[in-house]
Amino acid sequence: MAKIVAGIAASHVPAIGAALDNGKANEPYWQPLFRGFEPSKKWIAELNPDVMILVYNDHASAFSLEIIPTFAIGCAASFAPADEGWGARPVPVVVGHPKLASHIAQSTILDEFDLTIVNKMDVDHGLTVPLSLMYGQPTAWPCPIIPLAVNVVQYPPPTGHRCYMLGKAIRRAVESYPEPLRVAIFGTGGMSHQISGQRAGLINSAFDNAFLDKLSKDPEAAMRIPHIEYVREAGAESIELVMWLIMRGAMDEGAKEIYRFYHVPASNTAVGHIIFENAA
Amino acid sequence: MTQAAFEDIPGTLLFDAERSRKGYHLNMFCMSLMKPENRDAFRADEKTYLKQFPMTEEQVQALLDRDWNKMLELGGNIYFTSKLGACDGLSFQQLAAKMTGSTQQEYADMMLHGGRSVEGNRSKSEWAKRG
Repeated sequence: MAKIVAGIAASHVPAIGAALDNGKANEPYWQPLFRGFEPSKKWIAELNPDVMILVYNDHASAFSLEIIPTFAIGCAASFAPADEGWGARPVPVVVGHPKLASHIAQSTILDEFDLTIVNKMDVDHGLTVPLSLMYGQPTAWPCPIIPLAVNVVQYPPPTGHRCYMLGKAIRRAVESYPEPLRVAIFGTGGMSHQISGQRAGLINSAFDNAFLDKLSKDPEAAMRIPHIEYVREAGAESIELVMWLIMRGAMDEGAKEIYRFYHVPASNTAVGHIIFENAA
Repeated sequence: MTQAAFEDIPGTLLFDAERSRKGYHLNMFCMSLMKPENRDAFRADEKTYLKQFPMTEEQVQALLDRDWNKMLELGGNIYFTSKLGACDGLSFQQLAAKMTGSTQQEYADMMLHGGRSVEGNRSKSEWAKRG
């Protein structure tokens, strides 16, 4: 039986990818950020999961306004890094896990979560930047990755409650998979940021830290935060935090927080990062 | 929760179905810039390139003027309009500076000092008071 062993969350700012790709990681602006992920890189190298489910949002790269799936699971054998308007990031192709991905799709759909199945999809910074933060610059990503894209472009995104419950359904799906895989689940995006309009640059560290506390100790309180509260308190794009709740829902309610890091700014954004482990 | 509550947040436009309908062709134009050959064609003759997309005159003008806030008012979405920004060589931060009416240096300094505070930035009435 497969098992979810760990949950990770991290922001996915495009400028972080650009800093790494352009050799700027040691500059004073970026160094404190990358230093904050050093313990995480050691941790994941030791954990060495067999598969990672990576929850992210597509930023009008694979999906335009033609098709807007609320939840879309990548079941392909591989996913190419997207050209987001400045050329594709020089990162490895993402190798999928079609068998487990299709099993999750089938299981969650029968569990009444109607995921969209995607067999061809380029993946943008939303997916590749978190991988870079955890794994640095390898020639190949160390494990197969199952992309799970969530709509946060056109209102409404799914509610926090729905995301949390989907996390639980994903866990049931993983635990009904016959091979003994050790699976990690990664929620990405956030934390406070607004990149559009006259209020751009909004950062609310108090909100972010309270969110991290809730996510850790009282995930159901985090689940009940309404959309309006994210947008008003932590900026229009902080709504991405609902994706962290998919990760959290897939973990034990009492999952152990083993690492946390928070840093402002990365470009327009507050970068948050947290790691949980399930009881063995 | 009604969408009216979102409309009270100052300097923030919720990209809902109505804005999405209004901005469909503007956003799809931006999407087309993900292909290098389209970026080249657009750069070579912006007005001609834009004719492929059935937009309003106002939308075309906002694009030609690089009036980033106007684009959002006319149904543009930041994840799409940022592709025009990328085509122009602008980062998200440079784009954000323009939308807030700051120089890039002022904006970068604000971010380095913890960003824009939420205090005084929650409601349109707060912005009206400060004039």
